[in-house]
Amino acid sequence: MKIRTLVVGLMVSGLALTACGKEGSPTGSGSGDGGDGGAQLPTYEVAQDVSVEGSPTFAKMQQSGGPIVGVKEDQPGLGYKDPTTGEYSGFDIEIARLVSAKLGFDPEKMQYKAVPSAGREQAIVNGDVHYYVGTYTINDKRKEQISFAGPYFVAGQGLLVAKDNNDIQGKEDLQGKKVCSVSGSTPIQRVREENLTQDSNIVELQTYSQCVTQLTQGQVDAVTTDDAILKGYAAQEPDKLKVVGDTFSDEPYGIGLPKNDKALRDKVNDILQEAMDDGTWQKIYDATLGKSGASAEMPTIDRY
Amino acid sequence: MSSVLFDVPGPKARVRHNVYAVLGGSAIVALLAFIVFQFAKAGQFDADMWEWIQYEQVQLQLVAALGNTLRAFAAGAVLALLFGAIFAAGRLSDHAIFRVPSTIIVEFFRAVPLVVMIFFFHYGLSLGAPFYSVVIGLTLYNGSVLAEVFRAGILSLPKGQSEAAYAVGMRKSQVMRLVLLPQSLRAMLPAIISQLVVLLKDTALGFLITYEELIREARYLGGIAEFGRPFIPVAIVVGVVYIAMCLALTALAKYLEGRNRRNRKAPTETPKDADEKVLTHEPMG
Amino acid sequence: MEVLLDNLDLYGPGFLNTIKLFALSAVGSLVLGTALAMLRVSPVPVLRAAGTTYVTLFRNTPLTLLFFFFVFAYPLLELVQLSYFQAAVVALTLYTTAFVCEVVRSGINTVPVGQAEAARAVGLTFGQTLATIVLPQATRSVVPPMISTMIALLKNTTIAAGFSVVEAGAIQNYLSERGYSVLVGLLWVALGFVILVIPLTQVQRALERRWKVAR
Repeated sequence: MKIRTLVVGLMVSGLALTACGKEGSPTGSGSGDGGDGGAQLPTYEVAQDVSVEGSPTFAKMQQSGGPIVGVKEDQPGLGYKDPTTGEYSGFDIEIARLVSAKLGFDPEKMQYKAVPSAGREQAIVNGDVHYYVGTYTINDKRKEQISFAGPYFVAGQGLLVAKDNNDIQGKEDLQGKKVCSVSGSTPIQRVREENLTQDSNIVELQTYSQCVTQLTQGQVDAVTTDDAILKGYAAQEPDKLKVVGDTFSDEPYGIGLPKNDKALRDKVNDILQEAMDDGTWQKIYDATLGKSGASAEMPTIDRY
Repeated sequence: MSSVLFDVPGPKARVRHNVYAVLGGSAIVALLAFIVFQFAKAGQFDADMWEWIQYEQVQLQLVAALGNTLRAFAAGAVLALLFGAIFAAGRLSDHAIFRVPSTIIVEFFRAVPLVVMIFFFHYGLSLGAPFYSVVIGLTLYNGSVLAEVFRAGILSLPKGQSEAAYAVGMRKSQVMRLVLLPQSLRAMLPAIISQLVVLLKDTALGFLITYEELIREARYLGGIAEFGRPFIPVAIVVGVVYIAMCLALTALAKYLEGRNRRNRKAPTETPKDADEKVLTHEPMG
Repeated sequence: MEVLLDNLDLYGPGFLNTIKLFALSAVGSLVLGTALAMLRVSPVPVLRAAGTTYVTLFRNTPLTLLFFFFVFAYPLLELVQLSYFQAAVVALTLYTTAFVCEVVRSGINTVPVGQAEAARAVGLTFGQTLATIVLPQATRSVVPPMISTMIALLKNTTIAAGFSVVEAGAIQNYLSERGYSVLVGLLWVALGFVILVIPLTQVQRALERRWKVAR
């Protein structure tokens, strides 16, 4: 009897909870959605009658009625999910939508799946996502498990510190400082390989936003990863955070694809090349990352 | 028991107890007040820290995450009970062919941490969607513990029960099914439910392999700068949800226990005995 | 075998950290848990209620949430700064304390009532009754489930892998970075835990068998 009351009570309160929700976003939202006078996002024409011969992944996309795309959800400017509307935005997201459209699937029907750095290879290997676009550095070790189309962007490793921190100017100043990055990401591996700081000072968490949280609480001294990601955070909270020093690596971003799917990889490379040639790439850049005023060069696609 | 550890307090003892109560009580209140004060100072209790929960999208996602947690729990619970029953039967078997492998399997999965198992299925065997790795991990781990609970429950029955059953000419399967299981289930129930509570809490480990459950959602919401990183409010909400779910399960156990006791013709088991039974198979969590 | 031998520099410190986490939290939770159990049978209602509340709260909260609390929320309290390792020890200790408390309390309940009554009759106080009569006798029924709780604690240490503590559960991450087979690597980790757990279960079995006869 008691349990029935409890269940009914829970259901009623659950209904009450969902019924009073409000929409829209809080004031001062930092997720650039292209509406504030700057460059407008391009729209992508959905290609008709696309077929990619010999691509099992493409067949899977057709089966599920559109691609399932792995993205990041907590990187402003690159891959960011607006918590109040559930909409994704950013440079990586636009690239993902572009690829979807050119493969013949309406980008509005694309399914997003947020996967943090440490789970990326596995998500592709397991077939959890059809392709992955999310600050994914191309390197040989990863190519053993998956394959990359692109690069479609080149970032470099940088440092994010608290606004009032003047001790850290570059990677040489990291000795003895607590440095945070994400498990399974290339920046943390570089910190270890180049001994930028002692092993005991390396903090590994699951997402960059966790690292940034620790930075704002003073638990770590610096967050290191690609400058494009860091600039997004700095832009979100300019009174608390800043990006310092020059970048100290090249991080070519690729689109992660299942390993033995050369047909799809070639097709995606074609799509990227076309976007760079016809100016779509530049439009996307201007409407997302380019808003900060920085310019970027188009990379050369590396076909293999 | 606890009632005989001390006398009914006299006037002096009552005063002393009151002093303890005031001292202890104020120490606890002071600690809680300090925590609340510090969080408030950090701005975690400001009104706009709670703004996140007003958005429909956030609520829908929380409900979806809760649904995923419950889905993993339901699948894991059913499979773990099944696994437990099969392997308990295996361990109680008269044939070494069944007994030895069952024992090894149960002992192995009881010894390996759930995190390692989940990693193994997800990263090692690439089982596809994280849901499968979580459920299989939960099944094997809790199933082995439940197998031990079942086995211990059946062994705890007085020997006379099975002897009498054999004496009237029942076969082993009949003895088990008609005599031993119905009786021992009653005694095992509290332990089974405690293990299910553990299973429910362990679904939280899914966040390590990107399973979209409640804890992952909490991590996401707690890190959103636009909402001011409302970590404490999110933790409070999610914590309350978990505690409520676990208490509901425990309440279910109490309810079933009470119903069972009423059905008994000759109540031989006092609540205290039932408590002791739980004790011998303290849940592993 | 190769995976293990090539990465001994991971497995060695990894398991050492696991054992350190385990030992520190085990001692901490045994002490706190016993104290809490005494609160739960004490004559002062306020303290009893406090003990019950603690147990209800911590037994029904996922350990992961506690970890989150100590890594991300605790710094806001502006107390002593905790390293990630220390935060892990605190979270594990507070969580396990609730379970230890329950084991001890149920153990106290198994001691025949006559024992406590006799102790009261010869004039022992509450503290003396517990310390000299009840708790020593409760040991018999407390130790086996306590070992189960400790085994659970040992396995729970792996959750710290998600919170920047490099222990056995985190080995997997480094292995894939170094390009070794995660599958084989995790089997070695599993085997490591089996080796750590077996002596504990053996002790448990042996004690159970011995005390079963003595009853």
